[in-house]
Amino acid sequence: MSSKTKKENNDYIKRRNNIHEMMSKTSNKKIYIDKLVTILCVFCIIIAIIPLGSILFEVFKNGSSAISFEFLTQKPGSIGSGKGGIGPAIQGTLIVVSLASIIAVPIGVFAGIYLSEYAKSNNKFAFAVRFFADVLTGLPSIIVGIVSYIIIVISIGSFSIIAGAFSLSLIMIPLVTRITEESLKMVPDSLREAAHSLGAPKWKITIFIVLKTATSGVITGIVLSIARIAGETAPLIMTILGTSLYFSSFTGPVDALPLRIWRLASLPYESAHAHGWGAAMILILLILGLNIGLRVLTRRQNIATSKDT
Amino acid sequence: MKKHNDNQSLIPLTKISKFDPIFKFILIGAAAYTLLMLALILFAVGEGSKEIFQNEGFNFLTNTDWNAVPGRESFGALPYIIGTLVSSGIAMAIGVPISLGIAIFLSEIASTKLKTSLSYIIELLAAVPSIIYGFWALFVFRFWIVDFVEEPLHNLFSDSLPFFAKTPFGIDVFTAGIILAIMIIPIISSIIRELLLVVPNSQREAAYSLGATRWEAIKIAVLPYAKSGILGATILGLGRAIGETMLVTLIIGNATGLNAIPTSLFSQSQTLSSLIANEFNEAASELHLSALIGLGAVLLLLTMVINVVARLLVYKMVKTSNPGGRI
Repeated sequence: MSSKTKKENNDYIKRRNNIHEMMSKTSNKKIYIDKLVTILCVFCIIIAIIPLGSILFEVFKNGSSAISFEFLTQKPGSIGSGKGGIGPAIQGTLIVVSLASIIAVPIGVFAGIYLSEYAKSNNKFAFAVRFFADVLTGLPSIIVGIVSYIIIVISIGSFSIIAGAFSLSLIMIPLVTRITEESLKMVPDSLREAAHSLGAPKWKITIFIVLKTATSGVITGIVLSIARIAGETAPLIMTILGTSLYFSSFTGPVDALPLRIWRLASLPYESAHAHGWGAAMILILLILGLNIGLRVLTRRQNIATSKDT
Repeated sequence: MKKHNDNQSLIPLTKISKFDPIFKFILIGAAAYTLLMLALILFAVGEGSKEIFQNEGFNFLTNTDWNAVPGRESFGALPYIIGTLVSSGIAMAIGVPISLGIAIFLSEIASTKLKTSLSYIIELLAAVPSIIYGFWALFVFRFWIVDFVEEPLHNLFSDSLPFFAKTPFGIDVFTAGIILAIMIIPIISSIIRELLLVVPNSQREAAYSLGATRWEAIKIAVLPYAKSGILGATILGLGRAIGETMLVTLIIGNATGLNAIPTSLFSQSQTLSSLIANEFNEAASELHLSALIGLGAVLLLLTMVINVVARLLVYKMVKTSNPGGRI
C-alpha cells in the first residue's frame, strides 16, 4: 500500500515538474498551440460528418427516384430488366429480424437481470459471462454466419429463415445482455430496499420494481440492437441465401434488404444499381427511423417525467 | 440484499417464495447461454475447418495458391492474412488520430449543447450499416478518391515510390482502408469519449491551477490518465476493421492467390472475411468449403485475441477509476 502511494507521489512530483518546466518557457507559443489543437479537433469532427452527410444525400437523391408502389411490393424482375421491386426483401428482413428478436430478447434480458441483480460482485461465473458477452460483440459477423451454417443449415439440409434468425440472435444476445445489465444498475438501491421491507419476494422485486423502473433503458437497448441486426449482411449470405420469391416456409430461403443491396451492387447494370439505391434508402429509413424515433420518444418521456417531479 | 439475509433470524419479513429458486435458475440458464454460444462458435469453426488443416497442415497459413478447380485443389491463406492486415493497418493509421481528435473535442472542448448534438450525429454514423457504406463507396466515394487523392499521388510519386506505382481506379486496398477508417471512427471515438469523461476533474483542475492551457491540461493530465483505456479502444477498433466484411467485398477488388498480396496502395487485394463472403455459396467441393471455414478460423483467432486484450485494457481503466463503482 505504502509503495503504491509512494509511486503515486512520485508520479505526482514528475507531473508537477513537467508543469513547472512548461511554465518557465513563457511565450505566446503555447496559446497558439492550444488554438491549433482546437482547430484540428474541429477539423476531425468535420471529416467524420462529411461521409454521413454524403451518404444520406446520395441515398435519398438516388433512392427516391427508384421508389414507387410497385418497387415496394413486387418481386424482382429478370436480371438487368430494371423491372419489379424489392417486396420479398422487405418482407424477409421483417420476418428474420422479428424472429431473431423473439429468440434474443428474453435470453438477453434474463442474462442481464442475472448479472445485475443476482450475481455477487466477485462471482467468477458472472465475470466470465460479462467478459465474454463483451468479447462476442466484437467478433466478426461473418463468423456467426459460418457457425449458423454448420449448426443449422447443414443439419436441416437447406438455407432457411431459422438459420438466419439464429445467426442474428447470436449477435443480438450479448448486446441486449449488457445494455439490460447497465440499465438495471442505474435503479437506485433504495427502491429495492423499500420493496424488501414490505416483504416482497425477490423475483417480484426484480420484475415489478427493478425491471419496471428500468423499462425505458432496456427498451432503448433492444431497439438499438434491432437496428444493428437489421443492417447485418454477412451472416445472411450463408444462412438465408436470398431468393426472388416471397416467404414460403420457415425452413426455406428468404430474401433480406442488405443481402439484396449486395447482390444488386455486384450486377453490371445501371438499372440494378438504381434498385440498389432504392433498397438502401428503405434500409436506412428503417434503421435511422428506429434510432431517431427512439430518441424523440425518450426525450419526450424525460421531459414528461421531469415535469412530474 | 445479502445484508437482509443475515438479519433474517431477527426480522423474518421476506416471504420465502417457491418461485424464487426457479426464477434464479432461469436467469442462470440465460447467462450460461452466453458461454454456450462461445463454445458453439469455437466448436463449429473448429469442426468445419478440420478437413483443410488435416489436408494442408500448417502450410495452409503460408501457402499463396488459391485453386478451387476439382482435382487441382490448393489453398493458402497467406495473401488474405496480408490483405487483411494491410487494409486494417491503413484504416487504423487514418482512423485513430481522427477518433482521438473527435473524442477530445467532445469531452474537453465543446460546449454542453454542441456536445449532445455532435455525439448524437456520431452515434448515427455508427448506426449506418456497413453494406450502405460499401454501396456508397462503390458508386460515389471511389471517384472522389481517384480524382482528389490517388491521381495526384500517382502523378507525383509513381516513379520514386513503389507504394504509388499502379494506375489507380479506386477499387483497391487504399480505398478499402479509408472506408474502414470512416466506419471505425464512430466506434473508437465514442469509447474514448466515455473514458475521458471518467477522468476526474481534479486532474484537469490541478493542471489549470498551475497555469496550463487547455491543450496542456489534456496532454499532461487527461490523456496519460486514460492511456490504457485509449489503447484498448484502439485495439477494439482494429478488431472491427479486421472482421468487417461487406464494404470490403465491394471495394477491395477481390483478387485471389498471389495477386491478392498488395504490392502498392493501389493494388487490388482480398481480406479473409471478403473471400469467405464471395465464395461461400459457390464452394466447388467439401475441401473448398473447409478452406473457407479455415480462413474463418484464422479470423476468429485473430479477433478473439484482439478483443480479449482490448477488453482487459478497458476494464482495467474503468475499474481503477471508480473503485467503489459496480463495474
